Amino acid sequence: MIEPFAFPVLSTIVFVPIIAAVIILFLDREKKDLIRGVAITAAFIVFALALAIFLSFMNGAEAQAAAQQAILDNAADTGDARLTATRMFEDGLAFVEDVSWVESLGIRYRVGVDGLNAPMILLTGMVSVAGVLVSWRIEDRTKEFMAFFLLLVAGVLGVFLAMDMFLLFFFYELSIFPMYLLIATWGWVQTREYAAMKLTLYILVGSVVALVGVIAMVVTASNFFAGEGATVFEAAKAAGILPQGAGTFSFDMTQLMLAAENGAFNIPILGDVSFARVWFPFVFLGFAVLAGVFPFHNWSPDGHVAAPTAVSMIHAGVLMKLGAYAALRAGVQLLPDGAQVHLPWIVFLTLINVVYGAFIAFRQRDFKYVIGFSSVSHMGLVSMGFATMNLTGMTGAGLQMFSHGAMTALFFGCVGMVYDRAHTRDIPSLGGFAKVMPWVAIAFIVGGLTSMGMPGFSGFVAEFPIFVGMFQASPAIGLEIGSFILENYYSIIVILAALGIVITAAYVLRVTGQVFFGEFDRTRFPDVDDITVRERFVLVFLGSPLVILGLAPWLMAPMIENGVRPVLAILGVN
Amino acid sequence: MNVDFSNPNFLPWLIPVGPLLAFLIITLATNRSKLVPATSPEYGGHHPDYNGMRVPVVSDAGRLLSIVVGMIGILAAWVISLTVIGHALQAEHFGEEVFASSLTWMNTGLTEFRMGVLVDPLTTVMLFMVPLACTMIFIYSIGYMAHDPRQARFFSLISLFAGAMLTLVVADNLLLLFVGWEVMGLCSYLLIGFWFEKESAYKAAIKAFTTTRVADVIMLLGIAYLYMQTGTLSFRDIVYNGAVLEQLAATPAIIFTSLSAAGLIGIFLIIGTIGKSAQFPLHVWLPDAMEGPTPVSAMIHAAAMVSAGIYAIIRMYPLFAAGADPSHGILNAPLTLMAIVGAFTALFAATIAVAQNDVKRVLAFSTISQLGFMMAALGIGAYVAAAFHLITHAFFKALLFMASGSVIHGMEHGEHHVHAHAHGKAGHGAHADEHAHDAEVHPISAHTAEHGGHAGAHEEEPHDAGIGDQRDTTPGHAPAFDPQDMMNMGGLRKTMPVTFITFLLGGLSLAGLPLLTAGFWSKDEILAGAFYGAFTENFLGAYAIVFICLVLAATLTAFYTMRQIGLTFWGDARTHEAQHASLGKGIIPIAMTTPLIILAFFAVTAGFVGVPDDFPILGSLFSPEYNWFHHFIGPTLIEEPVSHAFNWIPVLFGSAAAIIGIYFGWRLYWREPLKAGQIDPLVRMLGPLHATLRNRYYIDELYQSVFVRPAQAFARVTSDFVDRGIIDGILALVARIFTWIGDFFKNLNNWLIDGVGDGVAELILAFGVWFRRLQTGRVQQYILLAAAAAILIGLIFAVSTGLLRAAGG
Repeated sequence: MIEPFAFPVLSTIVFVPIIAAVIILFLDREKKDLIRGVAITAAFIVFALALAIFLSFMNGAEAQAAAQQAILDNAADTGDARLTATRMFEDGLAFVEDVSWVESLGIRYRVGVDGLNAPMILLTGMVSVAGVLVSWRIEDRTKEFMAFFLLLVAGVLGVFLAMDMFLLFFFYELSIFPMYLLIATWGWVQTREYAAMKLTLYILVGSVVALVGVIAMVVTASNFFAGEGATVFEAAKAAGILPQGAGTFSFDMTQLMLAAENGAFNIPILGDVSFARVWFPFVFLGFAVLAGVFPFHNWSPDGHVAAPTAVSMIHAGVLMKLGAYAALRAGVQLLPDGAQVHLPWIVFLTLINVVYGAFIAFRQRDFKYVIGFSSVSHMGLVSMGFATMNLTGMTGAGLQMFSHGAMTALFFGCVGMVYDRAHTRDIPSLGGFAKVMPWVAIAFIVGGLTSMGMPGFSGFVAEFPIFVGMFQASPAIGLEIGSFILENYYSIIVILAALGIVITAAYVLRVTGQVFFGEFDRTRFPDVDDITVRERFVLVFLGSPLVILGLAPWLMAPMIENGVRPVLAILGVN
Repeated sequence: MNVDFSNPNFLPWLIPVGPLLAFLIITLATNRSKLVPATSPEYGGHHPDYNGMRVPVVSDAGRLLSIVVGMIGILAAWVISLTVIGHALQAEHFGEEVFASSLTWMNTGLTEFRMGVLVDPLTTVMLFMVPLACTMIFIYSIGYMAHDPRQARFFSLISLFAGAMLTLVVADNLLLLFVGWEVMGLCSYLLIGFWFEKESAYKAAIKAFTTTRVADVIMLLGIAYLYMQTGTLSFRDIVYNGAVLEQLAATPAIIFTSLSAAGLIGIFLIIGTIGKSAQFPLHVWLPDAMEGPTPVSAMIHAAAMVSAGIYAIIRMYPLFAAGADPSHGILNAPLTLMAIVGAFTALFAATIAVAQNDVKRVLAFSTISQLGFMMAALGIGAYVAAAFHLITHAFFKALLFMASGSVIHGMEHGEHHVHAHAHGKAGHGAHADEHAHDAEVHPISAHTAEHGGHAGAHEEEPHDAGIGDQRDTTPGHAPAFDPQDMMNMGGLRKTMPVTFITFLLGGLSLAGLPLLTAGFWSKDEILAGAFYGAFTENFLGAYAIVFICLVLAATLTAFYTMRQIGLTFWGDARTHEAQHASLGKGIIPIAMTTPLIILAFFAVTAGFVGVPDDFPILGSLFSPEYNWFHHFIGPTLIEEPVSHAFNWIPVLFGSAAAIIGIYFGWRLYWREPLKAGQIDPLVRMLGPLHATLRNRYYIDELYQSVFVRPAQAFARVTSDFVDRGIIDGILALVARIFTWIGDFFKNLNNWLIDGVGDGVAELILAFGVWFRRLQTGRVQQYILLAAAAAILIGLIFAVSTGLLRAAGG
């Protein structure tokens, strides 16, 4: 099993950036290098701790898998209480810190890591380091920029780590506020206010809808535990899944999952439609807005384009994963009954994401919009992986989250480096940049190959399981439309989605060709020069995981499988 | 697992390692290149546009390093392959027993995916061909790329290419094969676009990549589906396992349920091959792929890429044939698809090749046509014949491409000669030394530049009587000399004898000159297979189509080959450039001609390993006991492929096709060679059909208007109309409504709420004004008021208490 560290590592990881942000606020605004130094130190600490956590999960993956199998084999259910899935989830958590926060409302400060969020933490750590480094030359209000950036990182980390739904929302909103300011203040002058507002409104509306759903869940679960589920509650306490002092009213994820597993959310609330079925679309899509699910995707390209480079990196690289992650945790894991009914149609939205995003990316003239829409397209594959509701597909989705995060951060890094020097992002007017900026060209090609699913890069090891998962799911899933049952359509969806990936190849190559190949016009770009060592480091730092994961998927896939298995257990799939 | 590399089970791991290491070393070690001004002759002087900018050029040390490391890598692969082949030839029951080892790639405790290597008879044969052809291509590249400023990059990429192909060959599972497959696709992209300053080059690269990518993605779906059905992708577990195949053939497919699962997977994988091996309708990328340096064309067309497509099918053959029995006339959907696509492509591409004037383009269509032969052979169950033709074709096609590269090189040499000459006449006497160095500075300039600078010189150049100007004078372009246009050639045999003889040998092999050449034996076997099915057993149908198409295609093949050689080498030079064409002196021509000679040897003799044992006379000479190739390859399958009894009819058809084609080619282009300015006699003979053929049936244009433009239009509609119009429009509408509501509330607020609020404030103010009057300063009045107030309060108190009592009871 995974041994805890000698200090509360998760709190450290969340509070280091916050403390650094506070320190920065007290520094002299003219000492910019000091400010940058503090910021990069904090980012590196986050990265190092995240790496340590990741490595312990990597090493413990096999033992965890065996432990999960053991739980499945001697089912932990006692009497009427079904505890297996919840136990698997609880058992998979490591580094847990649990402190009561608002006792009367059942709100706790509870953080933990399992196989699903460990890669996400690592990703956040990487993108934070890269983000600080690419923002090194920001001279306009450096102090505020760095402070807000670190605050944003802390918020994002908090969401990934929170094992209490209230805490999750708390950090979720905490990350939106600096995001708004970062885009509106340091963004691209032409659209920054519009984009910042659009983004904030989309995300806020989505999260409010989800919040209402989650509160309804908490109340329902509390009524359940106080009433017919009292025996379940006691059994869970006896089995050590819940702490002895737990109250029935709680935002705790484990407790909500226990309620879900024991059918608390299957009570009819609207005619004969169950609670889970009514609320699933709100909770899932409310979070999935942040994952850019069609038709709620339009905040994302605008936001990416308007944001300064580092924020685009965090934004597309990490924030969109946040949406997908929260949709999985709060939607699929807590409302499995709803997932089984609704994901079969949501899969159509994900298909639209993949194909539609790719087509629009193909059309863009603005370098940054291409990447923005490519994110919309790739995030569709993540949701599609969720929609398979099987081990292969969901593991693929987890790998895709990490892969796309690093890849798109790399893309935005490349675009930023070109834009900083060329002062234009208009693709047709660029050209021949491979000659002056060979590192950026190579990095962009590496990212491009990842995005088009070339074997040897992480995109492939993510997409292939999603495809296999879709085929596996196909015979099992049907969609009822009135009296008509649509069957076996997953295999057709996956074929269409795969063709969407061809469009990816087309636009990636087109952009690579037009921006990096061809003639370089020295008269038009008189002072374009090669990138600095610091920027090279960023490219290597973000590019190498794409190759490492592509060649050695066994480093990450097992832990994601361990993270996914409890979700599958509660979905009733094994 | 004890890894012991002297054991043939583990040795194959090392085969791709050499080139892959070479790729890494060259890439990492030679990037510290020196910077020279872009106009320097060292950079080929082809980029005056860089305005004195300094561009990286690999240093001489880096150049040497790249050559040495690249050569060591591929030679190591070759030597190890030969060792493995040696083991394989000695092994007993080879086929049933194979050399294989694997390691876990993704172990998750519950599921496991293994990656490994496999050497069976089929692999052995490929291991003979691929490293040999690659080594020749590498040697040739030393000469061909000698003065390219990016020679190091070339060697690093071509090493990766070779490494990927070798990975694909030794792979023991479909996923590793696919890895090699895709890395080759990437290399082809980077190498076709090697001279990326040239727009046509990177466009061709994109075209090659995206076209094959469409097919690859479908193939990947096939792999995913296969994995989902069987839980493994290992070749041995699937194709050497009757139970799995039966189960796949019995399961209905997930979509198109009239097919079996095996059928659907087969069709998906075949589409992958149609893309990679450039079969109709996805053939369009291959002719454009010659934008890359010629060694790359040889690599793509012969040793690696396109062969990989056919190899993949041969590798997985039992899967395609599951549920069918081609030797008894029972074909299934995948086999029929292969037979029809292959036969059609073979004939279709051969007709196009007839009307091409570009020396490499003829060969490109010839490759497409020959791959069609193999596809068709596989479709009708002639498994061994397809493998045989794959090998012989690789030898003669690699030879032909490199020989045509020599021709182009020679023509550029001649062009440079003429150029320098013209300058000399114009008074640039200082260029006297250029004459001696011309072989060293020209290749890149001739390959990549638009020749804008040269054109002026050409214009001034006085023309000798009798030598016309065949230059392409497309409007809007400066007239540029095309060193690849056969109309500009003629008579090259005089100055380039080695190239001529080797080209001729390769060409005759391609044409299938009876009895003497490798091409004859392998083609004959395919025709024999088709004939046997169609007419001996009377299955007709697909078998007959294959036979007829292939005989016609073989005739055309012989004809266009003779036309090509005639136009290029025979007769007299049609331009000054051709007159002066040569490979120059020194190490470069040696590096370029040695591989030609070696490959010419194999292009002629490789066929003798597969002479049918019952072939009159020659059979007893070359195959005294049995047909060696058939006997060796056969055990790759569980059920060894049947060999048909010798039949004169297909042999006569095949020989007649070759001889008739050669005769007409000779008659039109050798007996009376084309003079300068004379129009190709085919243009007159074929009339309007010629234009159609020359323009490749307008298929590129068709695709442009049927696929590319609609896709772009669709993208425009989604982007501008749906995304910006509808979705953002809805958003804007919501925002507008909210604004209206906001305005409404704002006004309401101003009028009602603020009205009330302000009204209260004003009321209070008015009260204050009024109340102030009470403050008069007179004490008596104050006392009076206080008393009145006290009375009033007391009264209110008394009344309310009474009322409360009454209410409370």
